[in-house]
Amino acid sequence: MLAGYMLRSAILLTLFAAAGTGLVALTYENTKEQIAQAEREALLKKLHSVVLPSEHNNDIFSDYITVQSDLLGPYPTEAFRARWDGNPIAILMTPTAADGYGGDIKLLVGIREGGEIAGVRILAHKETPGLGDAIEERRSKWIYQFNGHSLNDPKKDGWKVQRDRGQFDQLTGATISSRAVVKAVRKTLEYYQSNKDFLFNKDFNNTESTGTDDA
Amino acid sequence: MDSNYQKIFADGLWHNNTGLVQLLGLCPLLAVSGTVVNALGLGLATTVVLIGSNVTVSLIRNLVRPELRIPVFVLVIASFVTAVELSMKAYLYDLYLILGIFIPLIVTNCAIIARAESFASKNNVPRSFVDGLAMGLGFTAVLLVLGGVREILGHGTLFANFELMFGAGAEILKITFVQDYRGFLLAILAPGAFIGLGLIIAVKNKFDKRRERKRQTLAVKTHAEPATNSS
Repeated sequence: MLAGYMLRSAILLTLFAAAGTGLVALTYENTKEQIAQAEREALLKKLHSVVLPSEHNNDIFSDYITVQSDLLGPYPTEAFRARWDGNPIAILMTPTAADGYGGDIKLLVGIREGGEIAGVRILAHKETPGLGDAIEERRSKWIYQFNGHSLNDPKKDGWKVQRDRGQFDQLTGATISSRAVVKAVRKTLEYYQSNKDFLFNKDFNNTESTGTDDA
Repeated sequence: MDSNYQKIFADGLWHNNTGLVQLLGLCPLLAVSGTVVNALGLGLATTVVLIGSNVTVSLIRNLVRPELRIPVFVLVIASFVTAVELSMKAYLYDLYLILGIFIPLIVTNCAIIARAESFASKNNVPRSFVDGLAMGLGFTAVLLVLGGVREILGHGTLFANFELMFGAGAEILKITFVQDYRGFLLAILAPGAFIGLGLIIAVKNKFDKRRERKRQTLAVKTHAEPATNSS
């Protein structure tokens, strides 16, 4: 009696589970390509706000390696490579600053072949709205101050916010957010300097690699 | 029959509004009402899920034993939410990024299971559809009012970032009230949402009370006249 009841209920639930999963699977199948395209477009738009489409003639999306290093934060990141007729133009990496006020700040850092910063953008963050979120380019121009700087300009002591006697402005009321971004950008430059040849090496492509951590 | 649907609509939009009277689903309501475009996105997504779950639950209401209904409802709602989430990710990607976790969290919006349980499981499909629509629109309306107030106070703008939903060209809808507004943190953060919702509820209650009083005085008047046969 009880077993029969359980069985009937289980069958009914299974039918509903199958129907529900069917709906989800159908939607997934129908949106899969659109989602992949939306993600690519969103990322490409970001990448192209740092390195202009006219500056490179390779397909950035198929020319990248995945790298991991303490200098780039706790997660593996892509290194997209912009080239002109095969010659290196710039590297675009997505390091994470794990010491933001609200946790991880995911950055996009573009570094030109010569080591100057092409641009920095914020990809994701949880900083305080109205204060720390001024690191975003749509909230303030703060993030543009890195453009053109490199690891030796300013010298190491200068790669700090002004409150720490460095060269970079901090955002009012968001020193921790500012500090985290400045530090992450400097560490990305350090990583670039010691791994430059490896990063542009065409023999490595789309493969998980670590590079060296010594800076 | 007609007035019946009217009542469902009036309940959803006003008398039994999810956000203002039932006070259900406050988590997304408070978290996402920072700007009008966020509010609209979440409101519409919730409405779609409400309609879908109401119609489905109503369709199967005679098939499912009472003891099994909660697991089945949860399954139905979760499936619809996932479908809506995937669709938003595909077609409104930027808005999807902003709303983030709150789209999947529609699964736990108690307003939806409350409607399935208290309405759709006892009513036919057309009535359940209308109930889902009305409840969803009522929820969206509260989100929009709260989002509008918080956006004006917090950011000094109205209808900013509409291009996230309606594509390029919708930027012109943005109204800037104060140039170079520094932002009003209280309105942007959670306390502003709580205070704002509290004020909106207060205004609604005040309005209802006044109308009630008017009705009562009217009733007293009609009672005073001897020849009426009102109940």
